[in-house]
Amino acid sequence: MIRDITLGQYYAADSPVHRLDSRVKIAGVLLYIADLFIVDDFIGFGLCAAALCLYVVLSQVPVKFIMRGLKPILLILIMTFCLNIFMVDGRILWQWGFLKVTDEGIYTAVFMAVRLILLIIASSLLTLTTKPIELTDGIEKLMSPLAKIGVPAHDIAMTMSIALRFIPMLLEETDKIMKAQQARGADFESGNILRRAKSLIPILVPLFVSSFRIAQDLAMAMEARCYRGGKGRTRMKEMRLKGVDFLAFFLMLAFLAVVISERVVF
Amino acid sequence: MSIQVRGLKHVYSPGLPDEQLALDNINFDIYDGETVAVVGHTGSGKSTLVQHLNGLLKPTEGTITVGGVEITAPGTSMLEVRRRVGLVFQYPEYQLFEETVAADVAFGPKNLGLSEDEVNSRVRDAIEIVGLDYDEIKDRSPFELSGGQKRRVAIAGVIAMKPQVLILDEPTAGLDPGAHRDILDMIEEIKEISGNITIFVSHNMADVAALADKVMVMDKGRLLMMGTPREVFAQKDRLKEAGLSVPPVTELMAELKEKGAEVDDTILSLKEAEEEIYRFLTRNR
Amino acid sequence: MSEIIRIENMSFEYERDEDREPVKAIRDLSLCVEKGSFTAIIGKNGSGKSTLAKNLNGLLLPTGGKVFVKGWDTADDEHIWDVRQTAGMVFQNPDNQLVSSIVEDDVAFGPENLGVDPVEIRQRVDKALSSVNMGEYKNKSPHLLSGGQKQRIAIAGVVAMKPECIIFDEPTAMLDPRGRQEIMDIIEELHDEGIMVILITHFMDEAVRADRIVIVNEGRIFLDGTPGEVFREYDLIKSISLDVPMAVELAQRLRKRGIKIPEDVITSEGLVEYVCQYR
Repeated sequence: MIRDITLGQYYAADSPVHRLDSRVKIAGVLLYIADLFIVDDFIGFGLCAAALCLYVVLSQVPVKFIMRGLKPILLILIMTFCLNIFMVDGRILWQWGFLKVTDEGIYTAVFMAVRLILLIIASSLLTLTTKPIELTDGIEKLMSPLAKIGVPAHDIAMTMSIALRFIPMLLEETDKIMKAQQARGADFESGNILRRAKSLIPILVPLFVSSFRIAQDLAMAMEARCYRGGKGRTRMKEMRLKGVDFLAFFLMLAFLAVVISERVVF
Repeated sequence: MSIQVRGLKHVYSPGLPDEQLALDNINFDIYDGETVAVVGHTGSGKSTLVQHLNGLLKPTEGTITVGGVEITAPGTSMLEVRRRVGLVFQYPEYQLFEETVAADVAFGPKNLGLSEDEVNSRVRDAIEIVGLDYDEIKDRSPFELSGGQKRRVAIAGVIAMKPQVLILDEPTAGLDPGAHRDILDMIEEIKEISGNITIFVSHNMADVAALADKVMVMDKGRLLMMGTPREVFAQKDRLKEAGLSVPPVTELMAELKEKGAEVDDTILSLKEAEEEIYRFLTRNR
Repeated sequence: MSEIIRIENMSFEYERDEDREPVKAIRDLSLCVEKGSFTAIIGKNGSGKSTLAKNLNGLLLPTGGKVFVKGWDTADDEHIWDVRQTAGMVFQNPDNQLVSSIVEDDVAFGPENLGVDPVEIRQRVDKALSSVNMGEYKNKSPHLLSGGQKQRIAIAGVVAMKPECIIFDEPTAMLDPRGRQEIMDIIEELHDEGIMVILITHFMDEAVRADRIVIVNEGRIFLDGTPGEVFREYDLIKSISLDVPMAVELAQRLRKRGIKIPEDVITSEGLVEYVCQYR
């Protein structure tokens, strides 16, 4: 169950996309999201989808792997689709009680679903092609101008990278605690919501205790290794923008221009 | 009461790229009243194996029968399986969650649906079996006890379910020598009182030699050997291939023999080693 | 001979809730440890040995007395980072001390904090990883490694800070025998390279490898000397429910039956050698 989660997972490969600077990739995703919201027809989506396909091919991440990442959000996708298809007014095509399907509804539902799918693929590609550490480094760098106005850019990035390190561990810990309580006859699967919520206590309490223990140990280990915040810190992997990074960024901007002009023209 | 395992196989994440054969065609019998040690290198499948014995993991293939009941058959009540087979996990003190020791130990018996009186008397018995003073400890928070005490409380939580088979996964991991010895003594005492099957996973070969009637050696998901400690520890080279060793005294005697001293190298305890070296050194007197 | 760590009349108390007495973990303890030495500190759980370890590099500060590292008072804020760079520390739980989800980035964490030049960090990281035989794992994620491997990464992370002294706080307590062996071999190698080692442990067969053993009990030094000197006090050690190495135990039992085994026999090798004289 835990192994199915690919959102936020890294796929190791040595592709041009993997080698891009993480700042460019983060900016790229933000621009792409902007693209998706500028677009107001299916021609625009066609362009966006084509650009994404090119990106996927360049990234060398198997399509099957990307699709696995879509699975957990399938439910959200279906829900928004249903909401749109039944709730939007327009010419009624089919009606049953208070449920009605309109042409506008179908259009909006498909439109939103396509937008959501493209958005999720693009953002999961970011994490699939960028090591978590590079990602947090990139975020830290991008946010560093904000440090001047008091945003703790380094601390935020550090917190994120520690979370990345410990999430798999806490998932394993949860699994272990669940099994141990099951061995003592605990039942997590039957009963009403109240009973089920109550049955979580034997999992949550040990999990909290473990998390605090880990946090305490980790804080001490970091202090012992001379961690004192972002000040005076150097990095082994310095981030330097290369020619190809500028080129990629330029292409992304150019694509934004294409999308804007498409919307103006059609 | 006995355990029969036939053709047991377990595959993790079947069909996925990280598919892994954790157990491969395991067959064995454990008879009434036996103490069995499971040894193996980390990742050899021993934890996976013991989790099958109380139904926490379902086999991909094969059957497990405990006391005449096939626990792997579809529709078996898991609660019934857990009443029969108690499993104490590694570092069990990390599962304590109640406000008082007594409430924590009562968690298992309550899940079994026993009456309040029955639960209370079992809690008292279990806490005393693990060597703690019930009246002194029952209202204390489990989180403020020492490491060794926490572990005892956690073990009491399983014993209070009165299982007919008690499984302990590395019961002495991380304890200091004193607490280590106490836990081993406790296991022997529980065994004496209940007379049930006891299965324990261990890395400590001296403990295995001292406690076990039979030893199961796991290697890469297979059952490499099963026999008495003397039989198993006589196969030093095969153990070595599985990344395991013999007890330190046995190793010492083997070295003596290798260097040309005429001593028996099938020795398993300090006492035997003492006698054998004494015999050797005084043989010409 | 120059000393790196000097402890003067140190005591340490843990605060508890207001209505209860504070716990005295260390009571008036004095100790000097010399450059390049290998000292094992032994004691049962709750003896104060871990508290002592954390006082050696300023993670905890003594509530009485002083601790000096290379002449710097650990309570002196100005030199705390010098203290921690000089005296690195490896902890018990291999999982809870790794910061990064990539092995080599974790090893780089310490030098990065020290503000070392990026090119030099790269060299230090590669060297530290190969010194613990983990070079090929540098791009792996720690949570896929075994306990022993994780502990080796933790050691590399400290080595990359170029400390003069490494304090190991029960580094093998959570490992299997193979992992324990690996870590002990690496500790010995580091000591051979000139790093001063303080090993906190409750495994006697590990302590035998040290050139000095300090047994701590109830916050005080109970015994202090070479392994030979310390294990001569067989009955004293047993009285505080600690073990002695198997060879010491066996030799002691044989002595009681009239066999005159010299007192410097404290290892299996020593015992084998002794017995084989009579073959």
